[in-house]
Amino acid sequence: MPADFEVQEVDDLATLESGLDALESSGEQEKRFTLKRLLLKSSPAFIAIAVVLGIWQLLFALKVKPDYVIPSPQMVWNSFTTQWKLGMVWPAVQNSITRGFIGFALSIAIATPLGILVSQVKFARLALRPVLTGLQQLPSVAWVPAAIIWFGLSPSTIYCVVILGATPSIANGLVSGIDQIPPLYLRAAKVLGLSRFASIRQVVLPAAFPGYLSGLEQGWAFAWRSLMAAELIAISPDLGAGLGQLLEVGRTLGDMSLIVMSIFLILITGICVERLFFAPIRKRVFRARGLLVE
Amino acid sequence: MTETSGLVLNGLSKRFSGDASTVLDNISLSIAEGEFVCLLGASGCGKTTLLNLIAGLDEPTSGTISANGRTSLIFQEPALFPWLTAGKNIELALKAAGVERAQRKEKAQELLRLVHLDKSYDQRPHELSGGMKQRVAIARALAQESKILLLDEPFAALDAITRDFLHEEISRVWKERGLTIVFVTHNVREAVRLGQRVLLLSSRPGRVIREWNIDIAQPRNIDDPQVAVLASEITAELRQEIRRHAR
Repeated sequence: MPADFEVQEVDDLATLESGLDALESSGEQEKRFTLKRLLLKSSPAFIAIAVVLGIWQLLFALKVKPDYVIPSPQMVWNSFTTQWKLGMVWPAVQNSITRGFIGFALSIAIATPLGILVSQVKFARLALRPVLTGLQQLPSVAWVPAAIIWFGLSPSTIYCVVILGATPSIANGLVSGIDQIPPLYLRAAKVLGLSRFASIRQVVLPAAFPGYLSGLEQGWAFAWRSLMAAELIAISPDLGAGLGQLLEVGRTLGDMSLIVMSIFLILITGICVERLFFAPIRKRVFRARGLLVE
Repeated sequence: MTETSGLVLNGLSKRFSGDASTVLDNISLSIAEGEFVCLLGASGCGKTTLLNLIAGLDEPTSGTISANGRTSLIFQEPALFPWLTAGKNIELALKAAGVERAQRKEKAQELLRLVHLDKSYDQRPHELSGGMKQRVAIARALAQESKILLLDEPFAALDAITRDFLHEEISRVWKERGLTIVFVTHNVREAVRLGQRVLLLSSRPGRVIREWNIDIAQPRNIDDPQVAVLASEITAELRQEIRRHAR
């Protein structure tokens, strides 16, 4: 009888524990994707857009300013369809996105090792951190005249400005991501006996990833802005069309509809990159770590 | 019982630079292989510092430590990496211990079975309860093939029911694996429930001031009258030590 009792006790712990585990652990509840939820989620944005369009139309209808200063939404739309038929829009969008992505990729390639260096080597931190923070403040349009003198009216000029605009944000994001790692993770890495290299690769970088990601997002915003500044100033037939150049065409022609249309294209492209590229990555990373509150 | 030493501390002292007070003062201690020792003390007795020294996270000011085998340290927080699943957390420890890639998954699953978490291989830390996380942390520590397990108030943040289960769990794992365990706690009953020997440390500086051999038969229950009697004796001693610091 007593032996039986003991066996039952050992068995019991496993059962008890699995019971308690089931009670205490949160089952991940994936919400199903439905049209209704999508509409519910996106309707506030559509309402906001409708309100803005309404106010715009109202300003136009009241004739606050002549229509070459404030064109109507309809005029901007007509300008878009005309330009589209002339084959001006799509190549400009394509060109700008390609340049933006190449410049952004180059910035990541430079900023990532730089960020690791600054976070891990004390001398590099003391020497470079203030420089990076300073550069982050500097409007990258300031580099355009210098870049034109260095590289002429070539793609290098544009990439130079984009890289100088985006690199500091990405590097700084990575450094603060690394600085904010809970010390407990680093102690755990040490206790596990990971080598310095393995601990950077397996613990420091993954732990810093959320910070790195927001650095990347900010870096992209800076890259996109810098690109527009560069395209607006560096104009040459060799460079081909871009959204910035389209804007400059509107200015020289005094075509306000074209200018407003270009602004919208720049805005919408930026939003699309955020929604289609960064938002899914951010969602995945945060959900995997249980940091996403929905 | 053969008295092979699992862990020997010899005249261990620790003073932090810039701080005149001694945290640990001349601690000498011999722990047999396979022994379960609980270190008990109020705040400021340097319990955590002592474990950090043994685990090699910090250097002693003077004295020596000789450990017969690898040590692993378990913290009060489970310290699992949130970007890895439970299984991959254990596999990272296996990798660091030099286990070949092909064997890691199977070994990780075996360790999860040992702590009754067979189904949690693919779960992320945030999907686990506090007790489950701490069991994964125990499995991860065992993955290092350590013979000496150091636990720093591992169950202090858990609720009473979970803590009770984990007492059973750690006792069972200790016996099954023949581990040497140094268990730091400020919970007197927990110390008596688990340990074969309980050491009471003084505070500022930390010294071993008394020790008790616990002869109460295993498996014990935290509510055993014998546990309660001894615990109140130890508590009285602990209170006296705390009273000494009153001004």
